[in-house]
Amino acid sequence: MLRIAMSYKSPNQMQLFVRFLGILLMFMFCSVYTQSAIAQTLLKKASLIPLWSPQAQFAGYYVALDKGIYARHGIDMTIRNGGAGHSAAESLQSGQADFAVLWLTTALQHRNADTKLVNVSQIIQRSSMMLISKKSSGIRTVEDMKGKKVGLWGGDLSIPPRTLFLRHGIAVKEVPLSHTVNLFLRGGIDVTSAMWYNEYHVILNSGVDAEQLNAVFLSEQGMNFPEDGLYTLEKTITRDSALVDAFVSASLEGWQYAFAHPDEALEIVIKYMHLAQVPANRIHQKWMLDRMQDLVKPGKGKGGMGTLNSMDYEAVGNTMQREGLIQSYPDYTAFSRRSNARP
Amino acid sequence: MLAHKSIVLKLILVITFCSVLIFAFTLGYNYYESRLILEKELENNARNLAMSLVNRVESELVSVTKVTEGVARSMESGSYTEKELLSRIRTTLKDNPRIYGSSIAFEPYAFRKANRLYAPYFYREKGKITFIRLEDSYQYVPYVYWDWYQIPRELGKREWSEPYYDDGGANIAMATCSVPFYEERGGTRILKGIVTSDIPLDSLTELISSVKILKTGYAALLSRNGMVLAHPLKDAIMNETFFSIAESRHDTSLRDLGKKMVQGESGFVHYTSLVGVKSWMYFAPISSTGWTLAVVFPEEELLENVRKMSLTMAGMGLAGILLLTLAVYSIARSITKPLRSLADATEVMASGNFDVELPVVRSNDEVGVLTSSFQSMVTSLKEYIKNLTETTAAKERIQSELKVATDIQASLLPRLFPAFPDRPEFDIFASMDPAKEVGGDFYDFFFIDEHNLCFLIADVADKGVPAALYMMVAKTLLKSEGQRLGEPDMILSYVNNILATDNDSCMFATVFCAILDTRSGEVRFANAGHNPPLIIESQGIRYLTLKSGFVLGPVLNSLYQTERLTMQPGDTLFLYTDGVTEAKNPEEELYGESRLLQTLQEGPLDDLADMIHRVRSEVKKFANSAPQSDDVTMVAIKYRGERA
Repeated sequence: MLRIAMSYKSPNQMQLFVRFLGILLMFMFCSVYTQSAIAQTLLKKASLIPLWSPQAQFAGYYVALDKGIYARHGIDMTIRNGGAGHSAAESLQSGQADFAVLWLTTALQHRNADTKLVNVSQIIQRSSMMLISKKSSGIRTVEDMKGKKVGLWGGDLSIPPRTLFLRHGIAVKEVPLSHTVNLFLRGGIDVTSAMWYNEYHVILNSGVDAEQLNAVFLSEQGMNFPEDGLYTLEKTITRDSALVDAFVSASLEGWQYAFAHPDEALEIVIKYMHLAQVPANRIHQKWMLDRMQDLVKPGKGKGGMGTLNSMDYEAVGNTMQREGLIQSYPDYTAFSRRSNARP
Repeated sequence: MLAHKSIVLKLILVITFCSVLIFAFTLGYNYYESRLILEKELENNARNLAMSLVNRVESELVSVTKVTEGVARSMESGSYTEKELLSRIRTTLKDNPRIYGSSIAFEPYAFRKANRLYAPYFYREKGKITFIRLEDSYQYVPYVYWDWYQIPRELGKREWSEPYYDDGGANIAMATCSVPFYEERGGTRILKGIVTSDIPLDSLTELISSVKILKTGYAALLSRNGMVLAHPLKDAIMNETFFSIAESRHDTSLRDLGKKMVQGESGFVHYTSLVGVKSWMYFAPISSTGWTLAVVFPEEELLENVRKMSLTMAGMGLAGILLLTLAVYSIARSITKPLRSLADATEVMASGNFDVELPVVRSNDEVGVLTSSFQSMVTSLKEYIKNLTETTAAKERIQSELKVATDIQASLLPRLFPAFPDRPEFDIFASMDPAKEVGGDFYDFFFIDEHNLCFLIADVADKGVPAALYMMVAKTLLKSEGQRLGEPDMILSYVNNILATDNDSCMFATVFCAILDTRSGEVRFANAGHNPPLIIESQGIRYLTLKSGFVLGPVLNSLYQTERLTMQPGDTLFLYTDGVTEAKNPEEELYGESRLLQTLQEGPLDDLADMIHRVRSEVKKFANSAPQSDDVTMVAIKYRGERA
């Protein structure tokens, strides 16, 4: 440009060029301004509440947010802080969040209690819950747990193990679990509940080898209760079904991106953990992300990623009804919304 | 490879290499030993340091434990009002500045029927003792589910908690000592609640962190779960366990080490520390909490002095080796320099110049001896060459004189053939090949009168100059006496007497002397010890049978007899000396008389020159390059008849 300007010899030509340049710049400025304004007005506000504070269990959503995947799908997303004192189900119910990550069991209980929530995508395909005992305690099978002190979390998290004990017809001494594994490590309880992607690894990294533990996966005991799913209220779908489609697509895309770029996903998760002032143990988050990859991947013949398998659904509903946890459960089609929008 | 290098280079290479090897080995051994000693000392020091730290932490923990247990026991004896209870906690806190907070937390409905949960808590906040109720302040998890309550409750014994962040209580990181207390009711002990005392993590970690070891060494504190409590890696504190770090580093040995630590073992290990430095660590348990205290000595800093010393030694050694190399170089040079000049001098001498300046001998060592030996060798050589030159000159002179003598001798013998072209009655041919420059053989022929031809062949014993001189005398005498006396026996007798007189040298000669009457072909001949000649007649060839006469020279008055033979025209008489029949081939075989007879039988008989040349060449052929040992002389005479 400079070289062209220099080549102008007459002052008239020079003035002409400067005026042209000014007009060009003004036009460019106006177009950028209007574009961003349009973008802002086009994005729909939406919010998501995960089950817990930021961790790799929710990597897909944080990655989708951080990498602008939600924005690309036209959503101005806010991820609310989960964790103690922030019940995801209640937030959804009260309208504080448009979407929530909930367990299928929780969702069915709330549906039973007349909350019109709908599964829009099933992220974790199988139960990651385990019952862990020390080999030194001599407990090998579920039957061996009879009369033993078993640590159980409160609320919905106790449903699968309780159901398992009922099914095996054994009574255990239930001990409420807090958020640490110390009660188990110190021998305060014989068996502890644990999530494969979380507490199991914490126990390993407290100096107990996997070989010293006897771990029973609930999913291998016929208790395959799919866990994290994405839920919204029926009225949200009625109001803006396109938003729901966009949300599901973007969330699944976020997961796919996270699995394809695990290191980057880990950085993003840790960034949000720091923002939420939660201690971030990198190797633990890596383990969690790796396990999520195992858990999110659908089993053979169970449909694509993010699909709630109807047989799993029936099995959970049936079990919960039989155990008296719910009176009834809706039809699969009424409960699960299969979006056509895929990532 | 080395074989082609110079001595200087070889010496330097070998000696330097060996010195470096010895030095490196010594240095290595020294380093290794120093290290071992240092490590042994270090283990003691590290243990002492760790144990003193453990004791300091332990004493703090034990005092807190004792106070807490005291409160718990007091809760079991007698009744108390709420006011008394609160003042008891407050007093405990006031009397024990180490305790940050203290609580008496009751089992549900155990304090009074009206309250399900009851847990008064006093703690220090900004220097003042503050009071809260934990059943209210813990928002999300009731105190009965906290580790500090639940674990001693389930275990029924005193417990120190894992350090935790007391979210909702004192809101700091702390560790809690919890002691359960009971109530006797109907013979059974029923849990009433838990007495707690908190100590802030800061107070412990500050003590640990304040320990300075060398430059970057440190003390560290791990919890029972291996959680990092005090460590230079600030980010790891209350976030990473020893095991999570081991996992992220894929280091199973680190995990094994961590297991030993959390299992309450103590030990001294060499490992790569969490900050990634090769280090020595001593770890020991803090028994009341099950925590682990570790002191870490970075190896590099520890060995810095040893390394510095080794470096200095290496420098000194290097300088020493350099000096040694220089010394070797100068000694080697002092040896090889004269050697090299000797070699150069030898080369010059080899080209014939003996006037070379030899290096000056300065020392009495082997090189000095060699140089002086060389010097005397040069002198001897010079002397020898000088003598040789003189001898050669003398020999050459004699040689040239002998050459003249040869010519003279040759010129004495009749050499012109045909010798008598105007006498067709006979042919005569002769040849003499001396073995040396001058010979002892001779022949002669001359007319005594008109018709009588005297011819003779003689062989003086011995060869060379004496023989030649004797021959001269004999020949002259024979010719002069021959012409005077005219009869062979008389000629020989007369000449013998002359020769034998005053024959001090005892020389002698064999002579065959004959006179041919050219008219009749009659030959009169006498023999003085000479080989019998051959007669070639029309009937054949044969040796003449002679009366043997004594050789000329040694004895006076020897008698000789004239014999007679008549040659028919065409007959030939062949005379020879023993140089023909005694010619030897390399196998020391003699040519012999029979071979001579055979050669003559085969050969041409008409032309005398051809005949003699053939015999000569046959003898040469037989000798086959063996040196000629004696003069070879032949004379042939052919009678052709008077008027043929």
